[in-house]
Amino acid sequence: MYKRPNLYTSYESETQILPTWTQKALMAFFIIQLFLLPFSIPVLNDDIPGLSWLPLIGDGIPLFRFLGDGEWIRASTKVLMLIVAAHGLNLLSGVAGQVSLGHAFFMGVGACTATYLGSASGSTTWGHSLPIWVWLPGAGIAAALIGIFVSPVAVKLRGLYLAIVTLGLVFLGIHLGNTSWGAKIAGPPALGRKAPELDIRLWKEEDPLINMSDDGRWLWFDIAEEGKRYLLYLVLAIGFTLLAKNLIRTRTGRAWQAIRDRDIAAEVMGIAEFRYKVQAFAISSFFAGVAGALFVGLSGQTLATDFGLFLSVEFIAILLIGGAGTTSGAIVGAFLIYMMPQFVEEATKWLSDQESGVTGVVGDTILTEGDDLGFINTSTVTPGWTLSVFDWNIVLFGVLIIVFLIFEPLGMYGIWVKIRNYWKRWPFSY
Amino acid sequence: MNNFLLKLRQEPALMFLFGVMVPITVFLAMQLFNDPEIFFATLMRSLGMGSTYAIVALGFVLIFKATQTVNFAQGALAVSGALFLSFAVADDHIPLTTIDNPINSLPGPDWFHWGVSLVLAMVFAAILGLVIERLTIRPMVGQPLFSVAVITLGLEIALRVFNNDTVKVEFRNVKVPWGIDGFQVGKETINYSIIAAMVTAAIAFVAVFIFYRSRLGIAMRAVAFDQEAAMAQGINVGRVFAIAWAAGAVLAMIGGVFATQPPVKQSLAVDNETANIAFRALPAVILGGLDSATGALLGGLIVGAAEIFAGQYAAGETDILGAGYPVIVPYVVMMIGLLIRPYGLFGTPEIRRV
Repeated sequence: MYKRPNLYTSYESETQILPTWTQKALMAFFIIQLFLLPFSIPVLNDDIPGLSWLPLIGDGIPLFRFLGDGEWIRASTKVLMLIVAAHGLNLLSGVAGQVSLGHAFFMGVGACTATYLGSASGSTTWGHSLPIWVWLPGAGIAAALIGIFVSPVAVKLRGLYLAIVTLGLVFLGIHLGNTSWGAKIAGPPALGRKAPELDIRLWKEEDPLINMSDDGRWLWFDIAEEGKRYLLYLVLAIGFTLLAKNLIRTRTGRAWQAIRDRDIAAEVMGIAEFRYKVQAFAISSFFAGVAGALFVGLSGQTLATDFGLFLSVEFIAILLIGGAGTTSGAIVGAFLIYMMPQFVEEATKWLSDQESGVTGVVGDTILTEGDDLGFINTSTVTPGWTLSVFDWNIVLFGVLIIVFLIFEPLGMYGIWVKIRNYWKRWPFSY
Repeated sequence: MNNFLLKLRQEPALMFLFGVMVPITVFLAMQLFNDPEIFFATLMRSLGMGSTYAIVALGFVLIFKATQTVNFAQGALAVSGALFLSFAVADDHIPLTTIDNPINSLPGPDWFHWGVSLVLAMVFAAILGLVIERLTIRPMVGQPLFSVAVITLGLEIALRVFNNDTVKVEFRNVKVPWGIDGFQVGKETINYSIIAAMVTAAIAFVAVFIFYRSRLGIAMRAVAFDQEAAMAQGINVGRVFAIAWAAGAVLAMIGGVFATQPPVKQSLAVDNETANIAFRALPAVILGGLDSATGALLGGLIVGAAEIFAGQYAAGETDILGAGYPVIVPYVVMMIGLLIRPYGLFGTPEIRRV
């Protein structure tokens, strides 16, 4: 039977993740493409005739094919990691309404646990070189335990007080990570610390069941090390997305939403406020811990300063730009927030390219000197007011947060709903 | 006495605080008898630190009282103001131009030039605060408070890049007239900047308390109490917002200047860590209560004392506590304080209704 949008005849159909067959088919197509991304498959890699002049979307049949190439796959993997963490913060702040600036701290806890459990011990470092199926959940559980430990303070507070206390956790975490014993648990690579291995083993045997650290051949296709890692992260990201979605649409999630909307009213209705808040902190921290472990698996190093305020703000931005309280918002937000700077960097490179970019076309008219693009400095690090591309990306990030909050408080999700409603109701305005 | 014991038994957190405070007091009394000079110097430094925190905290409180939001961009405002001061004092030219710095051609001694620059920097900070309030905060009236707070976080990130870029190659000295000098107490030196911070804090707090009694100050308190009711009484809420932001930015700038001085820092120059003074002062604000000027003063002094005394007397345990541990002491104090009083010492508890 053809389903009309917004017409539900049963509770089951209303809580379905993908209500219509069109959505199911599109999602299946999308996920298959995501899985095919790291493989080098001849058909997919061919140029689309007539579109090859486009620098990004020209090569390969799926439009986002370039995300699987060379340097881009690393960025895609990082987005998957961010998605896992963003789901965690979404559950806590978007669904349960407990604003937290301490997400980076819990990621750091996860990262340190993963390093401690997963990498080898040395003269200056402690470690157990356990396989991934121990250190990955271990990281999540350690973070969740810390989350439970902190939550009695957090449950007492609300609003900005909570935000600032969790901000304090971030500073505390960075400091503890830099102490001498913190460095032994999960020190920087300078102390001889290696990142935990992603190889899948039963225990500490020589030959892993699935080798993740070399290029190899899976099924019938060649795949690079980065591609393998991407696939592992993809599976985890899909798993955690399903988990988050199911948490939101079942009893726990409904209780959280009730607490978010009006906590006293929720309590009056018989929702155990304390228990559900602690639960929200624990589950959110679990997500963060796993994401922190994945962070280490990707970056190959555990630096306490990586898990600072900036990362926390990044997650808040992901939530607000994607749309707080929605699973899709966390995904879209993570993609936008991490990929936007990469695109800007590419665009800047293209602009300053002497042959095909603006520099080549327009010449000296808009340029000051050499490779510099007016106020964007691409060549040297100089003091003054010509910032580097990296700096401009940070400025862009800050401005993006401000602009989105002022003009579209519901984030990308709000924009999507507006567009959808426009088409659905056309030619009527409402 | 019985009442007190009963309260202790009911509140485990209070018992914990009591259990911690008594040994610390005894320990400090012992130190006082041991070496009064060091104790006195530490006390002076802690007062200087506390005054600096209190100044920055007062900026937070003023903005919170009017707009009900925490201004996370306070650090960026502090550095922007301090940088303006350093450009006015230390440079021969106006930045990016070849025009001579007009302040240098004024008659009078150096401290007069510095005073003129300070006033200019205060004006600059106030204008910066006004512009930010107008562009980013005013359109958000009526939106969730957290969204406004996140906007200020975005501002902090964006502004900090410019500030850090300015001090990347050379740190900018703010050239205070009292310099690095100080007077001697036994073997310990007490910098004049400590006295300056204390005097400034005193002036700032007296000014704010007088301001609260003025017509405009009463309007501000009315807005803090209930925005809509205040508006209905004919109070111009927008103007109250603007004044609070201007005052907050000026206080941030002054805090930024003192953040380059001992006891906060020995360098006398703005560098890329100066902006952290705002985040270091946040515990003071929270401990005192977000909407109380008295709380800002007391919170600042408590937090400053905790930081400096811990830095002086726990230095033997650096191996365990980690280098630079005094910086996080305020946060620990804040968390313990919040366990006992979730809205700070003087904060107004939020009334929750169904």
